[in-house]
Amino acid sequence: MSARLHAGPGRALEIAAAWLLGFLWLFPLLYAVWAAFHPSQAAIRFDVFSPLTLDNFARAWSLAPFDRYFFNTFVLVTLILVVQLVLCTLAAYAFARYEFFGKNVAFALVLLQLMIMPEILIVENYRTMSALGLVDSILAIGLPYMASAFGIFLLRQTFKTIPKELEEAARIEGCTDLMILWKVFVPLARPTYLAYGLVSISYHWNNFLWPLIITNSVTTRPLTVGLAIFGAPESGVDWSVISAGTLMAVAPLLVAFLLFQRQFVQSFMRAGIR
Amino acid sequence: MRIGGPVAIRNQVYGWLLLTPAAFLLVAFTHYPAVATLAQSFFTQGTALHPSKFIEFENYRFMFDDPVFWKVFRNNAIYSSITVPTSIAFAILMAIWVNEKLPLRGLVRMAYFTPTILPMIAVANIWLFFYTPEIGLLDQILGRFGFQSPNWLGNTDTVLGCVIVLAIWKDAGFFMIFYLAALQSLPVELEEAARLEGASRWYYFRRVTFPLLMPTTLFVMINSLINSFKLIDHLFILTKGGPDNASSLLLYYIYEVAFSFLDQAYASTLTVVLLALLALLAVGQFTILDKRIHYR
Repeated sequence: MSARLHAGPGRALEIAAAWLLGFLWLFPLLYAVWAAFHPSQAAIRFDVFSPLTLDNFARAWSLAPFDRYFFNTFVLVTLILVVQLVLCTLAAYAFARYEFFGKNVAFALVLLQLMIMPEILIVENYRTMSALGLVDSILAIGLPYMASAFGIFLLRQTFKTIPKELEEAARIEGCTDLMILWKVFVPLARPTYLAYGLVSISYHWNNFLWPLIITNSVTTRPLTVGLAIFGAPESGVDWSVISAGTLMAVAPLLVAFLLFQRQFVQSFMRAGIR
Repeated sequence: MRIGGPVAIRNQVYGWLLLTPAAFLLVAFTHYPAVATLAQSFFTQGTALHPSKFIEFENYRFMFDDPVFWKVFRNNAIYSSITVPTSIAFAILMAIWVNEKLPLRGLVRMAYFTPTILPMIAVANIWLFFYTPEIGLLDQILGRFGFQSPNWLGNTDTVLGCVIVLAIWKDAGFFMIFYLAALQSLPVELEEAARLEGASRWYYFRRVTFPLLMPTTLFVMINSLINSFKLIDHLFILTKGGPDNASSLLLYYIYEVAFSFLDQAYASTLTVVLLALLALLAVGQFTILDKRIHYR
């Protein structure tokens, strides 16, 4: 960490600029919070001293099935994360510890998904899902993301740093391959799992395009899609209520972020450095 | 390939067994659709009465004559070439500030990073209100100072700019953390030496910090470019690609063609263009740039 000791007006100006930028970056969220707690007339006139109210939240909650959307998103995010963790662990273990025919080609093919993400392949994946009869199901939202190249890559890197001696010691103790994976590799890779988990949860909590395409009913729609329908100008809902709905949708992730800021930042950092 | 004793064979079997579940899903939802997209682009859209038939490059010919395609292509080029460098510049600036002794540093860092964890749909809802004519915040502020403001999202001259500003705001804080990690790994002695030599801050940044950050910049650039092709959520809320496709991007057009105009064959043809662009990016990353920049 570099700590400079500057002084003078240049330094003061720089601090002011850093603060101003921070304010600008936080402003939309602050504004949404302010609008959500004030009557809608105040938002339009930007009347700072109008009375506080919770009406907007009550109205938003009654105007759209947010409880169902929350449930759907929760199921979706959990389903994706659990399957991702299992599949990526197994595949990463294969890449880190086994010599098999076609390993390098297979690894290159896995990495291809870092470039060609499921978002790009919406047309064909939709056809596949209709052929499978899965359109409008939570499973269909998750399927294209479950084998994550990113997760495989990240875990493989971690597994490769685990010393061979540990593995051999476990083998002498009579552990099978899968037991070694479970008792040696998985516990030692815990920070990577945490990092990957946080990134995956935030990604899928926020994901929109594919869920929009593949769902068409209240029983499957995640929060983001529900929010988009709710906030559409055609719905005629006023601005303060939209703010309240928007805040409700982002609240769980935002609160988690504010509480575990350090873990979030470090996770994103760890996940990005390859 | 070495097939030897029982250990080698065991390795073969175990390796592939462990890989199979992930490989199956990857092939089904990444490799197969990529190939199928290419194949589909040579056929017509089949209907119940007219089954899909092979038409060689007819879809591509149509695409080259499609003014909307060229418009969204141009939009995407402008969008990418502004959002990528600008968000990188902001990210570096933020990282340098937050890396120094700054009053309220924790709060400032949190402010920069917060847009990253908010869904694009949610922030687009908020920004929509800023841009709304007359009652919107931007117009109210400009109005108080006596300025006439255009209908930001309804005007073909300003709409793409509005979308770009939002994208930069959303991305910069995310990229900041990669620069922050890189800055913290730079040796402190470098800066002390530079200060002893009397180098100015700007000179030090330009000649020392920036070159040393090059691997991070490359990484961020690639990710930011991919983002500028694949993240289009805000368009659904802010503009729906309009007015007159002035803010539509390639993937949004693909979405419209496939799911509003229901022409999946043409949507596949457009997807091929996007795949080709990403392939080009991958080739560029692995051949030209990787040779010049050393990873650890």
